[in-house]
Amino acid sequence: MTMLLHIYPLTGVALVGLGLYGFLILRHPLRQILAVNVVGAGIFLVLGGLGRGAASTDPFPQALVITGIVVAVALTAFGAALILRVAEDERAPDDKAAAKTTDDHT
Amino acid sequence: MTLAFDMILCLMIVGTAAAALLMRNALAAIVFFIVLGNLLGLAWLAMDAVNVAMAEIAIGAGVTGVLLILTRQRLNALGDDLVSAELPGWLRAGALLACAGFTAMVGSAVMSVPPADDLGGSIAALMPGLGIENPVTGVLLAFRAYDTLLEAFVLLGALIAVWSLAPRVAWPHAPAALALAEYEGHDVAAAFGRLLLPLALILAVYLVWAGSDLPGGAFQAGTVLAGGLIIAAIGGVISWPRADDFYLRVALVLGPAVFLIIGAAGIALGRFLFYPPGFEKAFIVAIEYGLALSIGATLALQLAGPPVAPGRKG
Repeated sequence: MTMLLHIYPLTGVALVGLGLYGFLILRHPLRQILAVNVVGAGIFLVLGGLGRGAASTDPFPQALVITGIVVAVALTAFGAALILRVAEDERAPDDKAAAKTTDDHT
Repeated sequence: MTLAFDMILCLMIVGTAAAALLMRNALAAIVFFIVLGNLLGLAWLAMDAVNVAMAEIAIGAGVTGVLLILTRQRLNALGDDLVSAELPGWLRAGALLACAGFTAMVGSAVMSVPPADDLGGSIAALMPGLGIENPVTGVLLAFRAYDTLLEAFVLLGALIAVWSLAPRVAWPHAPAALALAEYEGHDVAAAFGRLLLPLALILAVYLVWAGSDLPGGAFQAGTVLAGGLIIAAIGGVISWPRADDFYLRVALVLGPAVFLIIGAAGIALGRFLFYPPGFEKAFIVAIEYGLALSIGATLALQLAGPPVAPGRKG
């Protein structure tokens, strides 16, 4: 019976494990960001699922999960912007050299 | 919900997550990730967590999905096809073994915690004092308002971090346009954007208002607003403002600033983030409207990316 109560938290654990595996074996940074998002979704399910009572789900972990979802998208946006910037710099070595000379005083 | 539904849904979630991670084609992987976000939304609905379901579908599946697709497309334009060398078999096997062991450990730890609605009762007892009925909004804006205030600044900080990646020549111009210039469906996208943006505005206003007593709130409303802005930008109906645009900066800072000012004013009444008795709902709704506007603008601009030099395609 406890197995049935734990069905969503255990699904969350499976997502954490899968996401971690994906993060380790995927070599492209954008795919790794996707994997981090899967790990995050799993943690949210564990958090929310363990707050699931007989009648309702604890509003406190719900609020934490909403906060977490918003922070995760901010992290994803910053990661994506970093990946794009690195790709741009690698593609245009001339620009990079020029940028370096102008940035040298910083 | 019936047990069969829960079990099938959980199997689908795990299967979709595996597909999102293991598909060779990056676009297919991202599409599976979006499906995963929607299934997770269903899981939250099954747990009676409607507030979280809305946030997960709007942000986890919607905004993150668009962000990943857009980044993939921009990387493709730069000559990065998102294919990279596979790890040798023994490393993959090692990673699999380590992750399986870790999953088993975390799984047994989770099994040792009985699921319980521990704080639900004490939060419900405190809710009448706030004059609102949605306990999640109560936690976000009153009982744990400090977390939400900091989160509003984290979101703003992330946008500043994204902007800080702009090349020197690009600052402070606008982010790259999302408009589909050479696409046959451009007129459809434009008409849809024109239709959707006002609807998104109305829905956002409603979600904040309803969020006091029913599922909804500033984060869900902000995301709906961001969605409307993004669709309108894809249709070319709106163009991104320059990063130093005065009104843009007001919109970005309004929510955190209103929150901080009201919070600081609470010090006069006793402590930080204390709302005057009898006016809790008015202050909470005021903060939420400010936050929804700022969250919508911030999310849309985070997705748009750092400013680019004028005359350059993104």
